[in-house]
Amino acid sequence: MSQIRYTKDHEYIRIEGDEGVVGISEHAQSQLGDVVFVEAPPVGKTLKAGDAAAVVESVKAASDVFAPASGEVVAINSDVEATPGLINEDALGRGWLFRIKLADPNELSRLMDEAAYANYLKTLS
Amino acid sequence: MSDDAIRKTPLHALHLDLGARMAPFAGYDMPIQYPTGVLAEHLHTRKAAGLFDVSHMGQALIEGAAHASLAAFLETLVPADIANLAPGRQRYTQLLNETGGVVDDLMVTRPPGADGVLRLVVNAARKAVDFALIRERLPAGARLTPLGEAALIALQGPLAAATLARLAPGAGMETMTFMSARPARLAECETFVSRSGYTGEDGYEISLPSAQAEVFARLLLAQPDVAPIGLGARDSLRLEAGLCLYGHELDESVDPVEAALAWSIQKRRRAEGGFPGAERIRSALTNGPSRLRAGLRSDGRAPAREGTEIVSTDGARIGVVTSGGFGPSVGAPIAMGFVDRLHAAVGTPVGLVVRGTPLSARVVALPFHPHAYHRG
Repeated sequence: MSQIRYTKDHEYIRIEGDEGVVGISEHAQSQLGDVVFVEAPPVGKTLKAGDAAAVVESVKAASDVFAPASGEVVAINSDVEATPGLINEDALGRGWLFRIKLADPNELSRLMDEAAYANYLKTLS
Repeated sequence: MSDDAIRKTPLHALHLDLGARMAPFAGYDMPIQYPTGVLAEHLHTRKAAGLFDVSHMGQALIEGAAHASLAAFLETLVPADIANLAPGRQRYTQLLNETGGVVDDLMVTRPPGADGVLRLVVNAARKAVDFALIRERLPAGARLTPLGEAALIALQGPLAAATLARLAPGAGMETMTFMSARPARLAECETFVSRSGYTGEDGYEISLPSAQAEVFARLLLAQPDVAPIGLGARDSLRLEAGLCLYGHELDESVDPVEAALAWSIQKRRRAEGGFPGAERIRSALTNGPSRLRAGLRSDGRAPAREGTEIVSTDGARIGVVTSGGFGPSVGAPIAMGFVDRLHAAVGTPVGLVVRGTPLSARVVALPFHPHAYHRG
């Protein structure tokens, strides 16, 4: 079973072996509204945790997506670049943005699990 | 606004009821979008009818002894021909400062059947400034009365006319032409209606007493083709229609010719002058302005937002984006901005510097989406 972790900036990373699939949370897509543009990082780029990695733009505004963990980009979701609305339809599934090869799995312990993220969201409203 | 609590329009409770996401805008708690979202609201307005609460805007009457003297007064503040505005007609114009900069843009209406009355609709964020400016200059015997107890509802879209005709058969709403205005009794409400709007679509703006606004709005929303539309879609609709938004395309440093609003300065006023900043504006009309508001389209999918630098093909800075985003009906990013005159011709290739990279773009004609006004 895969595990999912969240950042305070509302990115998620789903851990699949030594790789992680990155996207924005359901809460983030709902706050952004209709997504009309996605810019994913180039495959091969090395990201440090916290780096501005991708851009997601809704009708109203542009938002940076920060890397939840360090690692090399090994794949990007070309479907979501072609159809940005996938993020609104299925942020945690078909709306994923990019996949990284984790440089240091220990970094993940700094992130929130699903229960912690749900509690975090409650503190925001 | 810091000394002022946030204000609510007469439709505030309705917005909450409809599940709107609310945010402060020009001192009012306004609906940004409803649960369907900006994209769906935008497209609905283009194919059916959208209801907009624009009660935050400033409505006012100015009254004087007769039209001629009242018009002569207003013409000392705006460059439009008000003297020859016919009863029942409306004109778009700008309040100007002494250097010809735009203090605000507004609609001026001469109601039918009254001599010496003009109705004004000004921007929410500017009404205090506008009303103070007008009051300071009012001639003896004339007065300005803000209509603080009036709501303003816009019904916009290709099915707006059929909707009002169904709601008020016999009121003659469908035969009004673009930029005409008159009182109308609609579903038991005494209203003042103009056939105008801010979306590029056919439609109406309906002024009515605040106390009746919610009942009237709910009646409209109960019609089959009407959906509520928030400020998010209002902005994307006006951007596609190539219309200016105060604080973005217009401010006190911009004159109407630069803003590509020379069409709103009628021939008599160009010849006679007599408005603030006439020297600058007439020179710009004769010699061309140094910069011009222009439409911009990029070849890619990344929107260029407000503040994006515009560069020439050799990398020199030639302007800045004033409004930019995704055009839902265009299906692509669109932007407006001010561009140096030498680069403002339609078809000129330019770069839009998005996140450090100049994206290939070109100057295009406005509007991005064709207007569908009912000119009769």
